[in-house]
Amino acid sequence: MKKRISNETIEYIGILSKLELDETEKEQAVSDIEMMLDFFDKMSELDTEDVAPMSHPMANNNVFREDVVTNGDMREDMLKNAPMVLDGMFGVPKTFG
Amino acid sequence: MLSKYDVTIGLEVHVELATKSKIFCGCSTAFGAKPNTHTCPVCIGMPGSLPVLNKKVLEYAMAVGLATNCDITRFSKFDRKNYFYPDNPQNYQISQLYMPICRNGFVEINTCAGNKKIGIHEIHMEEDAGKLIHDEITGNSYVDYNRSGVPLIEIVTEPDMSSEVEVVTFLEKLRLIIQYLEASDCKLNEGSMRVDVNLSVKKRGETELGTRTEMKNLNSFKAITRAIENEALRQIKLLEKGEKIQLETRRWDDVKGESYSMRSKEDARDYRYFPEPDIMPIVISNEWINDIKYKQPELRDEKMQRYIREYSIPKYDADIITSIKHMTVIFEKAVELGGNPKKVSNYLMGETMRLLKERNMEAEDISFSPVNLVKLIKLVDEGVINGTTAKEVFEKIFNEDIEPIEYVEKNNLKMQSDESWLQTVIEQVIAANNQSVCDYKNGKERALGFLIGQIMKETKGKANPAVVKKLLLENL
Ligand SMILES: [Zn+2]
Repeated sequence: MKKRISNETIEYIGILSKLELDETEKEQAVSDIEMMLDFFDKMSELDTEDVAPMSHPMANNNVFREDVVTNGDMREDMLKNAPMVLDGMFGVPKTFG
Repeated sequence: MLSKYDVTIGLEVHVELATKSKIFCGCSTAFGAKPNTHTCPVCIGMPGSLPVLNKKVLEYAMAVGLATNCDITRFSKFDRKNYFYPDNPQNYQISQLYMPICRNGFVEINTCAGNKKIGIHEIHMEEDAGKLIHDEITGNSYVDYNRSGVPLIEIVTEPDMSSEVEVVTFLEKLRLIIQYLEASDCKLNEGSMRVDVNLSVKKRGETELGTRTEMKNLNSFKAITRAIENEALRQIKLLEKGEKIQLETRRWDDVKGESYSMRSKEDARDYRYFPEPDIMPIVISNEWINDIKYKQPELRDEKMQRYIREYSIPKYDADIITSIKHMTVIFEKAVELGGNPKKVSNYLMGETMRLLKERNMEAEDISFSPVNLVKLIKLVDEGVINGTTAKEVFEKIFNEDIEPIEYVEKNNLKMQSDESWLQTVIEQVIAANNQSVCDYKNGKERALGFLIGQIMKETKGKANPAVVKKLLLENL
């Protein structure tokens, strides 16, 4: 197995994912990602010369809904999983734009 | 100093589309509802919910693309833009990066420098985010997801503009196109049209563009103009001092008349775009494009020609009325209700424009009923009230949308043609203005106007001016 994920890369992936990883977790994550990259290498061995690039996994297209309001007020249900509620709003830790 | 530099400006314009329901779910888009009453598992980003594209969003985006000379992308799809922020409940925004719906268009503008084509790089569809409210007392933030999932199109221009005049001219034209298509009301002050300005400066003659900044929080054309002037000057001053321009996003403070840095693009968020697997790709046929073209509402130039042809109003009038979409709605309704086109036009171009300007209002805020304007015109035509009174009554209609027939009756504003009553007033005025009478007799025509004015004043503007003139001449 080649070592391709540097310490910096795994730190950065942690930041992007909003995850705090300890040393053991970092090692585990590195080995998981290396395995995925190895799998991509394996796939790259396939001859895809005559295969058109795929941009979506589903064969369907043009699945639409009409512009009609079908939902009513579901606020009570929607707020059931809120960490904090105030005046019908979801409460979150102080955040600035 | 300024003349040694060129300014280069490109825009990113977000427009909220006028659909009834959200882009990926059946929640209402109506503005001003109680927090979170227009939400469902899709637009608050619950795991396992399945978004489905609102067809009308696609059709509006295509209509705007066609009206701005874009190519419609025949195979289009959505992508996920990943970032963590509480107003974005899924932790990604469904947008379009790789295959936006429209590309390579232009809008032609006309300024005193002549005609110029402003390129449209692309138009893509995406969802709006929720609203964050910060509470000083509890120290927490609160989120209302009613706006989450409201459909947007983002129009990205080429960096083809070089002054605030060109930017505002372009935006006014773009806004009018979108309003005529009825794809959005495009209100800058309410956020249904949001403009970000990308601006850089370079020494005249240099070929390479300078480092750009992005300016946000521009809520009016006035703010856009001021922000551009301010930012160009800020960058030029830095360069003159030998300093470098930072690639960054800045926020405009219109009260202070200055901008401040929001975040540097160097530590910009890594959005890790990838194809959105939940939304199926979009395939657009020639028939569909033709259908959108066929259903396109009448745009400004066509409307202007039709007004001249059908209603026989002067080109000057047609030009002014069609410069504001909402004005055309009032005009057409009033004419349909039997108002004489030229007389309706006069009220819109004259008094309405004057009152809008005086009160610093947008034409969209006009709230009077066209039927009341038509009734007012009829009162004048039938000789029930005179022009002076009509002006006064119109202001009442403009302010409070009063019913003019009842109003005139109640306030005793009918035109007075009773000759014996007017005779008494005229005698009083003549007696009190001997000098003017004398001047008139010595050939000063202007004195007659003065005397008529005095009589009108005495009758509180209600006298029939024709009768007044006739009687006055008899008396002199
Ligand atoms: Zn919803």
